[in-house]
Amino acid sequence: MKRYVYINENESSHELYCDNRISNRKYTVLNFLPKNLWEQFSRFMNQYFLLIACLQLWSLITPVNPASTWGPLIFIFAVSASKEAWDDYNRYLSDKKANEKLVWVVRQGIRKHIQAQDIHVGNIVWLRENDEVPCDLVLIGTSDPQGLCYVETSALDGETDLKTRGIPATCMGIDFELLHKIKGVIECPNPDKDIRRFDANLRLFPPFIDNDVCPLTIKNTILQSCYLRNTEWACGVAVHTGNETKLGMSRGIPEPKLTAMDAMIDKLTGAIFVFQIVVVMVLGIAGNVWKDTEARKQWYVLYPLEGPWYELLVIPLRFELLCSIMIPISIKVSLDLVKSLYAKFIDWDSEMIDYETGIPSHATNTAISEDLGQVEYIMTDKTGTLTENRMIFRRCCINGVFYGNESGDALKLLNAVAGSSPDVIQFVTVMAICNTVIPIKSKTGAILYKAQSQDEDALVNAAAQLHMVYANKNANILEIRFNGSIIKYELLEILEFTSDRKRMSVVVKDCQNGKILLLSKGADEAILPYAYDGQQTRTFIEVVEQYAQLGLRTLCLAWRELKEDEYQEWSLMFKEASSTLVDREWRIAEVCQRLEHEFEVLGVTAIEDCLQDGVPETIETLRKAGINFWMLTGDKQNTAIQIALSCNFISPEPKGQLLLIDGKTEDEVCRSLERVLLTMRITSSEPKDVAFVVDGWALEIALKHYRKAFTELAILSRTAICCRVTPSQKAQLVELLKSCDYRTLAIGDGGNDVRMIQQADIGVGISGREGLQAARAADYSIGKFRFLKRLILVHGRYSYNRTAFLSQYSFYKSLVICFIQIFFSFISGVSGTSLFNSVSLMAYNVFYTSVPVLVSVLDKDLSEGTVMQHPQILFYCQAGRLLNPSTFAGWFGRSLFHAIIVFVITIHAYAYEKSEMEELSMVALSGCIWLQAFVVALETNSFTVLQHLAIWGNLVAFYVINWIISAIPASGMYTIMFRLCRQPSYWITMFLIVAAGMGPVLALKYLRYTYRPSKINTLQQAERMGGPILTLGNIEPQPRSIEKEVSPLSITQPKSRSPVYEPLLSDSPNSSRRSLGPGTPFDFFQLQSRLSSNYSRNCKDN
Amino acid sequence: MSSYTPSSSAGGVGSADSAAPRRNSKRPKYSKFTQQELPACKPILTPRWVISAFMLVSIVFIPIGVVSLLASRDVVEIIDRYETECVPQNFRNNRVSFIQSDANKTCTRRLTVTKHMKQPIYVYYQLDNFYQNHRRYVKSRSDSQLRDNSSWNDVSSCKPEDDSNGLPIVPCGLIAWSLFNDTYNFSLNNQQLAVNKREISWKSDRDHKFGNDVLPRNFQNGTLKGGKSLDPTVPLSQQEDLIVWMRTAALPTFRKLYGKIERDLQPNEVIHVTLENNYNTYSFNGKKKLVLSTTSWLGGKNDFLGIAYLTIGGLCFFLALSFTVVYLVKPRRLGDPSYLSWNRNPGGH
Repeated sequence: MKRYVYINENESSHELYCDNRISNRKYTVLNFLPKNLWEQFSRFMNQYFLLIACLQLWSLITPVNPASTWGPLIFIFAVSASKEAWDDYNRYLSDKKANEKLVWVVRQGIRKHIQAQDIHVGNIVWLRENDEVPCDLVLIGTSDPQGLCYVETSALDGETDLKTRGIPATCMGIDFELLHKIKGVIECPNPDKDIRRFDANLRLFPPFIDNDVCPLTIKNTILQSCYLRNTEWACGVAVHTGNETKLGMSRGIPEPKLTAMDAMIDKLTGAIFVFQIVVVMVLGIAGNVWKDTEARKQWYVLYPLEGPWYELLVIPLRFELLCSIMIPISIKVSLDLVKSLYAKFIDWDSEMIDYETGIPSHATNTAISEDLGQVEYIMTDKTGTLTENRMIFRRCCINGVFYGNESGDALKLLNAVAGSSPDVIQFVTVMAICNTVIPIKSKTGAILYKAQSQDEDALVNAAAQLHMVYANKNANILEIRFNGSIIKYELLEILEFTSDRKRMSVVVKDCQNGKILLLSKGADEAILPYAYDGQQTRTFIEVVEQYAQLGLRTLCLAWRELKEDEYQEWSLMFKEASSTLVDREWRIAEVCQRLEHEFEVLGVTAIEDCLQDGVPETIETLRKAGINFWMLTGDKQNTAIQIALSCNFISPEPKGQLLLIDGKTEDEVCRSLERVLLTMRITSSEPKDVAFVVDGWALEIALKHYRKAFTELAILSRTAICCRVTPSQKAQLVELLKSCDYRTLAIGDGGNDVRMIQQADIGVGISGREGLQAARAADYSIGKFRFLKRLILVHGRYSYNRTAFLSQYSFYKSLVICFIQIFFSFISGVSGTSLFNSVSLMAYNVFYTSVPVLVSVLDKDLSEGTVMQHPQILFYCQAGRLLNPSTFAGWFGRSLFHAIIVFVITIHAYAYEKSEMEELSMVALSGCIWLQAFVVALETNSFTVLQHLAIWGNLVAFYVINWIISAIPASGMYTIMFRLCRQPSYWITMFLIVAAGMGPVLALKYLRYTYRPSKINTLQQAERMGGPILTLGNIEPQPRSIEKEVSPLSITQPKSRSPVYEPLLSDSPNSSRRSLGPGTPFDFFQLQSRLSSNYSRNCKDN
Repeated sequence: MSSYTPSSSAGGVGSADSAAPRRNSKRPKYSKFTQQELPACKPILTPRWVISAFMLVSIVFIPIGVVSLLASRDVVEIIDRYETECVPQNFRNNRVSFIQSDANKTCTRRLTVTKHMKQPIYVYYQLDNFYQNHRRYVKSRSDSQLRDNSSWNDVSSCKPEDDSNGLPIVPCGLIAWSLFNDTYNFSLNNQQLAVNKREISWKSDRDHKFGNDVLPRNFQNGTLKGGKSLDPTVPLSQQEDLIVWMRTAALPTFRKLYGKIERDLQPNEVIHVTLENNYNTYSFNGKKKLVLSTTSWLGGKNDFLGIAYLTIGGLCFFLALSFTVVYLVKPRRLGDPSYLSWNRNPGGH
């Protein structure tokens, strides 16, 4: 269960633990072929084709050369295999680069430069500034006298701030030179993937005497793939190496997602398969009957009187082989190909680049673009997804005095600070130092803040503007510059923020007067109940309520002076709790609780999290497109509702209606749920926006006990707000909707959204400020919420349309040729003769018909602008109007019709003396090819050069290929194509086939198009006619982001939101946009401090 | 697919110093293709376009149909079905035994020329209900053996006619074995009417598919005699009847070229045909016909193309006309926004 790592014992660990060779490879040279083949053959389609190909080896039953199946099969396998091999090779290269990177490692007491892959558990690894950490290390020394170092963990968890790591207490003060010779044992858990936990112990051996077991936490480690920053050097003991590191363990292969379309295609394939079996049985029986009645009379066939035992099986099996082309072997490859192109289009889209960060959108999962077009529910996170997650300090209430409600308040606050009002100063002090922010002095002397939480960042910056500048952090000494003087605090303890405690505190010692202070900040319900007995918290509750209604995030600030002995006593408990190996987090929380009470509440801060650009428009458009939105947030109910109102999520009264589900007990929740359900049923017929609001507690009860009722509610309600929900509840809600057969899309930006993102059919991550965790787990990552509109309406819709066409067309073309074979068998004595030769059959699916259809990835039925103006058109995709059994039946009928046309015309035009087998088969084949070209042309909505090239070029290529084959004397069709092309009757037959085949199709399509147009058709017509409809759209076109970059201030502002509130402090680069209202509020607005401009640069760098 | 990025490639994600170059390198290059903005022509089915398309088709097709029909009508064809007539009355009920007997099978037919026939006049035999395309039959041949003397014993694909008494047959297989063996002799006004039996097969077949060094061996030596026997001294490339026969027909009714008459025939001339009725089509009720036909630019007499063209042309004309009428009677503005009622809830479930 545990591993014991002996520091600097080179030999012992070699056998026990792996070396530091990283391997992300799926295959090795030896197992590539079997493993890859095994994987490919685990798919049903491939098994089927393999069976067919094997059956073809039996020459008695094969109608064609086995090459006609083996060829494409091998081709397709080769394509997939080489793609895999290429990916794996690239992984190998990047592994190799990492493995061969040189690092300094102590060997036999001497520092040596060795390759990273030769690091073993127990080795001491030395790192310099900006080095990448090669494996999981326990720190034992740094250049910092306090034993601290800074690491950037963005590769691990996506958080871009710097984290502080420290060496364990026992290692403190060990001399630089002695570190080479250090000996000891680290008792640590076996490798796991939890990057937030590392519960271990360290014991050093003599001469580094310290008999105490020293506890180690994640704070004492630096993990693989992090970067060492702002620290000259650091060294550590390797505890986990190679693929056993935290990073290596958390690498996983996500389950492949299946799109609704894939499922439909599989279903249709199944139907075709059944049809094929029926055809085979019917023809098999007919063939056997014919053989026994007619064929015996055909003396020239010379049927033996007594056949072998399998005699009866031969003809059905022959037909099985003949009909096997019904299921197009190329469909999987074609689909994979176009899907990866859809994904590329998303990656390439210049309108989905976040120009602030320069990050383009990215499709990690290349296989599910069609699903984007079929989304029915969007589950969205609030913070960072709908909002910027860029916090701006707006208001505060200090001891009952409000600041920031009206203009000029900021000045008042500044004056209060200047006037040394003790409450205010205490308040601002808490703002400045109750946090985990690291101030970094840049070369120009400006101070940059590296903050883990955006709230803290906002508070520290605001404090700085109030002249309480958190200037420096030197080990445990915090320096605050206030009105020219420097105040020092010694940081004694940090009681960290967890989502359970909902507050964080610091214990500091004022260096001036030696007082020990507990400074806390946290959610209202985590602070206010713990106020000292005499304090009236009522005003604060009201203030919090009031701020929340404005959509602001509130934090309560509080403090308490600690007595020396109280602190000492508690400190011991805290140390003990911190070194436990079991349930450490819980123990710590318990201990913290003992200190955090009897607060003197200082006041409430209100921070605004601005809405992202274009969020209301995006939501409005997508809601018009028939997509239902659910907001799942961990925030307070009021804040959530306010944000929901301001981003068009719900409509204000009287148009909209909010129904509340709450209650603390089962009964209450049940009653509330039933009431809401009843209202919902009544109003569902009215054109009224009804939304329900539920909080985490009620949700848990509802999901547990009233799942059915809640499911019904979920189906009825187009909008829902779920507040105070946990990550797992988010995932449960997604699961619930999925179980009702809805296509769900989850979008979020933070680590708490990862589970929901992975659970949903489509996960979209916003590569935002909370790091890249969500974006990594997601299928798509986008820079801004507003890109979702384009992702769904443009990319999703086009992908759906294109795949719908491509898949049905693939079946169509296979069916055409198969029907012809079946018809031919009726005039060839139901004996299973193939009309087409092996080469043609093979080339038909792979070359002749696959190229034109592949360019359908460029087809656009409607222009992007039209779709954006009429998002309702997405309904066709959502409801699967373009690919369903009935459209498929249309294509099936068309293939039957075309097969009849080709067959009948061919056998009549090439009758009697012309009925030579090879010629007739080529006439039929070219008839099919001609029809294909025209069918693709008719179904194409927009022709680009490439499409023309593919469609008509393919037709030409067909002749060129066949001329080449016809020039080979050894081939069966020697001279055939030349002979045919010289015959006028051949060309006349072709035109006849095209006219007869396409005429009715065109006529039908025209009638439908003109007299019963679908909405898509109407819009197409309107678009091409340039009719008035184009001006009907009530949504202004999305401003092109390219222009945005040039003039960032000219963005169309979201409609002014109802509660107009001015920024209390303009500490954000955005503030200039927002303060366009009347009366420029603050003086220091103009003289924006150097700090804030630095801050803004800082933001951009991230 | 979204596997956790390994540490080795993490440099691009994490480090601050790589942030600036990454911005540029990751940003895709703008091109019309990547932005899906290639200039495109987007045709729609306007009434004018569709009606004129149908009109155009009818305008093109009707004349072609007329020309094809005329060409087909110009072809003079004399068809004589003889398989019943050439069986003596007393054998009519048991024709199979007649054909398998050694009785004299000579038969004389009289053909009257109806119209002037320009040379060359092609002589075909036509078989009905004969499945040259039967799978068992069509596969039973060995192309390599026919082409090249060196692979004369390559008979693996010829079953069941691959060898006789253990010796490989050349040419092997059912097709060659069942070679048509009726013969025709034409006389006009008691004069022999010469039938040219040279160059009735494809030149490419004579040159490349049937070797001039391949001589028939063991052919028709078996217990069961199929069709015609071949002169073992003549190489296959000159056995044109065989070459023609081995071009298997795709349909159960087919004509094969027997020879060419290289002189004109006048109306009401009477041709006497002395034929050897050897081939057994009686066991499967197949018809045998002797066909004399001239040819046109479209080939032999076949009204199908002409009629089909006229039909399609006519239908297109009719469609164009009715579309026009419907369009005039009930005009409908394309892209009328009133058809776009989004009022009903499109997302309603």
